[in-house]
Amino acid sequence: MKVVVDLNRCQAYAQCIYAAPRHFVLQGREALVYDPSPDEAARAEIERAVQACPVRAITASPDPAGETK
Amino acid sequence: MSEAPSGAPERIVVVGASLAGLSAAHALRGEGFAGSLTLVGDERHAPYDRPPLSKQVLRGLFSPDTTLPRHPDLNAEFRLGTPASSLDLDARTVSLGDGTTLPYDRLLIATGTRARPWPKSDEASLDGVFTLRNRDDATKLSGRLKAGPRRVVLVGGGFIGFEVASTCRDLDIPVTVLVRDGQPLEAALGPRLGGLVGEIARERGVDLRLGAEIERMEAEGGRLTGVTLKGGERIEADIVVAAIGAVRNVEWLEGAGLAADEGGVLCDGYCRVLRQNGDIVPDVFAAGDIARWPNPHQDEALVAVEHWGNARAQAKAAARNMLAGPAAGLARHDHLPDFWSQQFGLTIKLVGLTEGADSLVIAHGSLEERRFVALYGREGRTVAAASIDSARWLPAYAAAIRERAPFPPISDAVDQPRLRIEEP
Repeated sequence: MKVVVDLNRCQAYAQCIYAAPRHFVLQGREALVYDPSPDEAARAEIERAVQACPVRAITASPDPAGETK
Repeated sequence: MSEAPSGAPERIVVVGASLAGLSAAHALRGEGFAGSLTLVGDERHAPYDRPPLSKQVLRGLFSPDTTLPRHPDLNAEFRLGTPASSLDLDARTVSLGDGTTLPYDRLLIATGTRARPWPKSDEASLDGVFTLRNRDDATKLSGRLKAGPRRVVLVGGGFIGFEVASTCRDLDIPVTVLVRDGQPLEAALGPRLGGLVGEIARERGVDLRLGAEIERMEAEGGRLTGVTLKGGERIEADIVVAAIGAVRNVEWLEGAGLAADEGGVLCDGYCRVLRQNGDIVPDVFAAGDIARWPNPHQDEALVAVEHWGNARAQAKAAARNMLAGPAAGLARHDHLPDFWSQQFGLTIKLVGLTEGADSLVIAHGSLEERRFVALYGREGRTVAAASIDSARWLPAYAAAIRERAPFPPISDAVDQPRLRIEEP
């Protein structure tokens, strides 16, 4: 999958970290670091994170056809 | 050729396949455009996100693959690894480096910028001298950082330089930062907060040198061994990263008749590209780092805003206007500039433009805590707000800045400290 977070929008509510702890990490109080290219197997977790974000900062999509990593 | 708006487009070409180009493509499909859509990119990579390159990618956290999400129904043709070489406004075609020609009904120019190269080309080509803009740059530099260099020297007082310095400290690599003029980050944050970031960097072990410049680089067998500063001091280092700004990718537009130079491609508030005489070029638009446009939040001053958020917002406005029929209202690009930076465990955010600010107040928190919101005023108006680890306050102040609220905008809230107006 491919993931991008609008970090202008992100306000470190950290809901993504509970939803998908292997793919989103807070370093410090507000510095969100995330996996931009999680395995397809993580789809359910990532989608939970997308839905959990109260400021809707996360966008995710499946790997484009023919470009799976 | 008629200056009147043309009919509904069937072929749209987007030159530039990075954040602005891809955002425009998504917005065009989102607005219902069902015709042929082609994105041209000089890099061989599919559109990818750049901000992580100076941070987590360099540090080796998570995947280095920052390819941006694409909607499964985007249905765009990507011409990657083929830079555009020229534009013919009369023929309405773009020529590519591989000799092919693409006709368009609407064109978006989103070719962005590249890293400003180190000015001395013999030094720039040394093994160990880097710039950081692209995925390939990050991959190479990341590999060299893993090898455990004796010291990294960063040239430049901007955000990328400080983010790389922070990453080096995370990896326990000795690092020297050379800032030629003023305080670090001064252009974006002003001297006061820039100075604070410099202080934080020093606490985290960065050897920060203000007013410092490289006189020459030294090498053995083509490999960098150190630098000598103006003044004569020698610093042993295996890596120099030149983070000295960006150059706009306008060369391919030479001779096309557009108002384009090193300052960017001039367009109006609706992202419509202008000719040298100020006339609107029918059906040609610009967005992202390359666009220079009248900013309503800075008295219509012509600015190019080289930020992630602007690239997305401007691409959206351009896409909408590319599809607007002759009778439809155009969308004004009125995005309030914003950006973020992560360094030394802190998140720095800014909304608005601090240029010309004459006053500053700390509205929440304190500099000592390294957690605060600072507001910038210019001639009695609130023009910008910066936060460190206090992002939740920013949207409220962004609204005040949009309204050109008096400075300071809120001065009697019960949860605020007593405001003291200072120099920025």
